[in-house]
Amino acid sequence: MEVYGKKVQSRLLLGTAQYPSPAVLKDAITASRTEIITVSLRRETANGSGAGFWDLLKACNCHFLPNTAGCHSVQEAVTTAQMARELFGTDWIKLEVIGHSESLQPDVFGLVEAAKILCADGFKVFPYTTEDLVVGEKLLEAGCEVLMPWGAPIGSGQGLRNPDALRAMRAYFPNIPLIVDAGIGRPSDATRAMELGMDAVLLNTAVAKAGDPVLMAQAMAQAIEAGHNGWVADPMDPRDMAVPSTPILGMAELV
Amino acid sequence: MIRIAGAGLAGLACAFELAQRGADVILYEKGDGPGANSVARFAGGMLAPYCERESADEDVVRLGGRAADWWAQVTPVTRRGTLVVAPSRDQAELTRFARRTSHFSKVDGQVIAKLEPALEGRFERGLFFEEEAHLDPRRALADLSNAVQALGVWIHYGTAAPAKVDLNCTATAAQLPDLRSVRGEMAILHCPEVELSRVVRLLHPRMPLYLVPRADGLFMIGGTMVESNSNRPPTLRSLTEMLSAAYTIHPAFAEASVVEIGAGLRPAFPDNLPRLMEHNGTLHLNGLYRHGFLLAPALAQQAAHQLVGETCR
Repeated sequence: MEVYGKKVQSRLLLGTAQYPSPAVLKDAITASRTEIITVSLRRETANGSGAGFWDLLKACNCHFLPNTAGCHSVQEAVTTAQMARELFGTDWIKLEVIGHSESLQPDVFGLVEAAKILCADGFKVFPYTTEDLVVGEKLLEAGCEVLMPWGAPIGSGQGLRNPDALRAMRAYFPNIPLIVDAGIGRPSDATRAMELGMDAVLLNTAVAKAGDPVLMAQAMAQAIEAGHNGWVADPMDPRDMAVPSTPILGMAELV
Repeated sequence: MIRIAGAGLAGLACAFELAQRGADVILYEKGDGPGANSVARFAGGMLAPYCERESADEDVVRLGGRAADWWAQVTPVTRRGTLVVAPSRDQAELTRFARRTSHFSKVDGQVIAKLEPALEGRFERGLFFEEEAHLDPRRALADLSNAVQALGVWIHYGTAAPAKVDLNCTATAAQLPDLRSVRGEMAILHCPEVELSRVVRLLHPRMPLYLVPRADGLFMIGGTMVESNSNRPPTLRSLTEMLSAAYTIHPAFAEASVVEIGAGLRPAFPDNLPRLMEHNGTLHLNGLYRHGFLLAPALAQQAAHQLVGETCR
């Protein structure tokens, strides 16, 4: 997969929050074979006070994708993105503008506005969005080169709430990298997303909150690879009738 | 003579174990009183190995199992268990918590009301960890400091440690490789209208919190874990979450007085487990993370054993 000119082998992007310990997180990153990890910049760590934790993450040799998690306004998201660029030395930003504190649903109006500002400022924006096609178009017009539709609300583990919309999105944006972000609970959810033709999956809680995060990281990697291969291999379509796999006519004559 | 840098929780616990083995001990403490400089002042004081197992390593249960008995030697320990509850819409959190922990019984609304009459009608389901306990951290630090002094230990307050000590217990000030700070925030509420006799943990998918009853109508609420080395006062976000959690546990907390807020930095290694380790020729006890009162006794016993064996008389 290629995003913003960077080629990666792994189609799993892994979040780094809520693990039992940084040591478990590091092992999960290794087991997942991910090359891109998201890092959250909370205001209270913006002055560099989270350095101890980030030093541990840097040792994992992954590409950092900082996010604007928890930002509820355009201004807040833009400021957080600028601080993240300064702090992590990358122009990549996962843009979240949260519209609703209960469902953590993206505020798509604020999202498009913030994307415009950040793209114009040279950021490579990964927008966390809904499956709405028109919003997707506006984000691409703003300068985004990738779209990250939700599977379900953040951290809910509900899987894909609206697979038909994701399928439509794949058909409508055939050449844009689509990364399902949020809502994945189980490996089968990730496989299903990939079988719909998504380019990658971004997840965090499903691994971090599993009983064995390291094993779950490995399971997710395998599920994503299986789903992607299944999509590329062009699966058969389901049929109503049975089709025998041995021919009926011309059977061998058994004397 | 054993010289220890730091008279916080770890330093005092080690001094106690060493003095009991007959060693002469001197503690050097930059702060001006027992625990004055110690992050343990902001602790919950929960001796809850089974609840902690939800996110902690098995070692925490193994090392923390006898902590309540150890503390009871020097300070009052309340052995009334831990009650874990969740709002009805977050029952999935309770199921998950039960799957990851042990040594609890499942309780319904009736049993909850019997255990804590103040919570009657508020929660339909919960988990009761009967064997757990809690103490008052500031009282415990003062009591432990008195106990070690009674055993003949010298504590030099307001005094920096000499360059060479036998044991370093200076937490985040120790600057060990891989040691980081994990910030915690807390508030102390005065609410004589609510009577609770044991620790109540409120499970919530975003921010699980605990409420610890103290004497005289006081309650400590805490639970935040932030990967940060900033020790500025608590943020409005954390306070809002903590105070609304108290309100969720009992609406009478709306009328509570907030008598103190505070933040502290817990020292932690990457696996969030404590270590007794040599660094540049000095023995260090560090990385107690959020398990100070729970794990300090076992680690202090290990440190004392390493320094003087079972007895030096």
